[in-house]
Amino acid sequence: MIVILGVTLIVFLLFQLAPNGAVGLARTDLGSRASPIQITQFIHQNGFNLPWWDQYWHLIDNYAHLNFGYSYHFNQPVRSLIGEFLPRSLVLVGMSTLLALLVAVPLGIFQTVRRNKVSDYVLTSLAFIFYAMPPFVFGLLLILYLAIDNHFFAPIVPSTEGVVQMMTDFHAMFLPVLTLATGTIAAFSRYMRSSMMDSLAQDFVRTARAKGASRSRVLFRHALRNALIPIITLLGLSLPAIVSGAVITETVFNFPGMGYLTYRAADQYDIYVVVGTTIVATVATVVGSLVADLLYAVADPRIRYVHN
Amino acid sequence: MSTTNEELLARSTEIIEASTTGNGASSGALGEGGLQGPSGGEATSTGSIGSLILRVFLENKLAIVGVALVILMLLFSFVGPLIYHTNQIGVNLADTTLPPSSSHVLGTDPSGFDVLGRLMYAGQSSLEVGLAAAAMATLIGVVWGAVAGFFGGIIDAVMMRVVDVLLSIPALFLLIVLAVIFTPGKVGLIFIIGGLAWLTPARLVRGETLTLRTREYVQAVRVMGGKNRRMVLRHIIPNAIGTIVVNATFQVADAILVLAALSFLGLGIQYPQADWGSMLSDGSQYVLTGYWWLIVPAGVCIVVVVVAFNFIGDALRDSLEVRLQQR
Repeated sequence: MIVILGVTLIVFLLFQLAPNGAVGLARTDLGSRASPIQITQFIHQNGFNLPWWDQYWHLIDNYAHLNFGYSYHFNQPVRSLIGEFLPRSLVLVGMSTLLALLVAVPLGIFQTVRRNKVSDYVLTSLAFIFYAMPPFVFGLLLILYLAIDNHFFAPIVPSTEGVVQMMTDFHAMFLPVLTLATGTIAAFSRYMRSSMMDSLAQDFVRTARAKGASRSRVLFRHALRNALIPIITLLGLSLPAIVSGAVITETVFNFPGMGYLTYRAADQYDIYVVVGTTIVATVATVVGSLVADLLYAVADPRIRYVHN
Repeated sequence: MSTTNEELLARSTEIIEASTTGNGASSGALGEGGLQGPSGGEATSTGSIGSLILRVFLENKLAIVGVALVILMLLFSFVGPLIYHTNQIGVNLADTTLPPSSSHVLGTDPSGFDVLGRLMYAGQSSLEVGLAAAAMATLIGVVWGAVAGFFGGIIDAVMMRVVDVLLSIPALFLLIVLAVIFTPGKVGLIFIIGGLAWLTPARLVRGETLTLRTREYVQAVRVMGGKNRRMVLRHIIPNAIGTIVVNATFQVADAILVLAALSFLGLGIQYPQADWGSMLSDGSQYVLTGYWWLIVPAGVCIVVVVVAFNFIGDALRDSLEVRLQQR
């Protein structure tokens, strides 16, 4: 809650700091040939002549009622725009995070088992490279070699598709999901490896081995469960980065989601859309982190949120 | 509580000496001259962190590779244009998007600029902004974190809540808002990127400060009547310098990536200037026609620089951890 208030305050202050202030905003929205009368009218309509605390109150009030303003570029309310684009982004982020976990966790375990062997070194170096490769580089390379040179996948995502259609369209969805997942896989598998190593060095692992548990049982039952706990924390912490990555990925693949909407709006200086998507993305991220925190309690029996 | 002032002073001097000898014995590289001057507690001077870094690089192969790559890219971007002369000013519409050939090693871009020359020219912007933004982020983060951690209490709580709020916003959205409102040039981009990247160093330095302020030698300075500013600037920050330097290295890599991302969205470095991100942005218009020379070289440059800085950071962090374990 504090975070969301903080975000609105920051965004609001940025509005106040905009060069040329309200007149500048009016000009970008109405066009450079707007008459002074039109500009005055615009300022009155949007309440820019009120003192700043009044304006901030109106902003909070509006956003609390999910009223994000009106997009001059797309010629529809920002709320309906977001309603249209947000579910698709959730699909992209959700699927790629799932894929990342499904790949990174086994990869980390594999590297722990084969630690300091050739395959471990190869995977570590690959992780280094992919960790450094931003989605717009990786995505473009994938398009170039997998969609253009060889027609394995579609280079761009059709913008007409609904959410359900999208989730089943493997041909178009594979590349964007893979692009967004790769950076996460690289980061998570490295972390998973060190986390597994840590828990393998713990006393309870030695105890389990000593009482006669098999190697694989120790690995999966004892060590893995403990190693997964920090991964959940990491997941919560990485969400802002994943959402940022989604903006880029969506732009690369013309994926009709929130990030692409933000990009298009930013290109047209459509400030209400940009601010609206920023706030919605932040709220989604905060909610995601909260869910990760709750999962944390599920995974680790030592942690209980006490409520009296 | 029968100790007199003289006794306290004597005791605190002892503690200072003990703490510096401790440092000197355990880490060699850090402790040089620790006992020589009257300013005993200031164990870590800039000279000794320099020698620490030097030692790390001589011991660690990855670090050598990292530094070599960084130097290579610096030479490529800043000295390269002096050797490989290309026209990066006049648009040449007769020679656009030519594939690589003997006259244009990496082909030409949509404006007819030689891609290899363009890479050098773009590298200047990327590296300049990356290094400057990282320096700025580190500076703000160190001051913010040290102040918050040192004073504690309500100041700490308020300052760190600000960091928490900013950290939970997906950074790219905030950057887009800023870039749209201010339409920054190169210097503006440094301020915007640096002005949002200081959160991690602030957190790290605050954590370090919280432990350092309870150390005997910092307490001793307080007993001796040292001012807050002196304690923070001459005792706490120098002792946290390892963490700070490691993070600064990663900051450079991050800043280059953020700039490239902004430029890729068309909000960073503006035409006719270029950076690697904006080159990719141009190239992405031609990806469907398969003009690989507009994409692969710039992508390789970004990845190489970022990997290089990550190598250096990792090596520094490893050595720092070893040093801490030896203590």
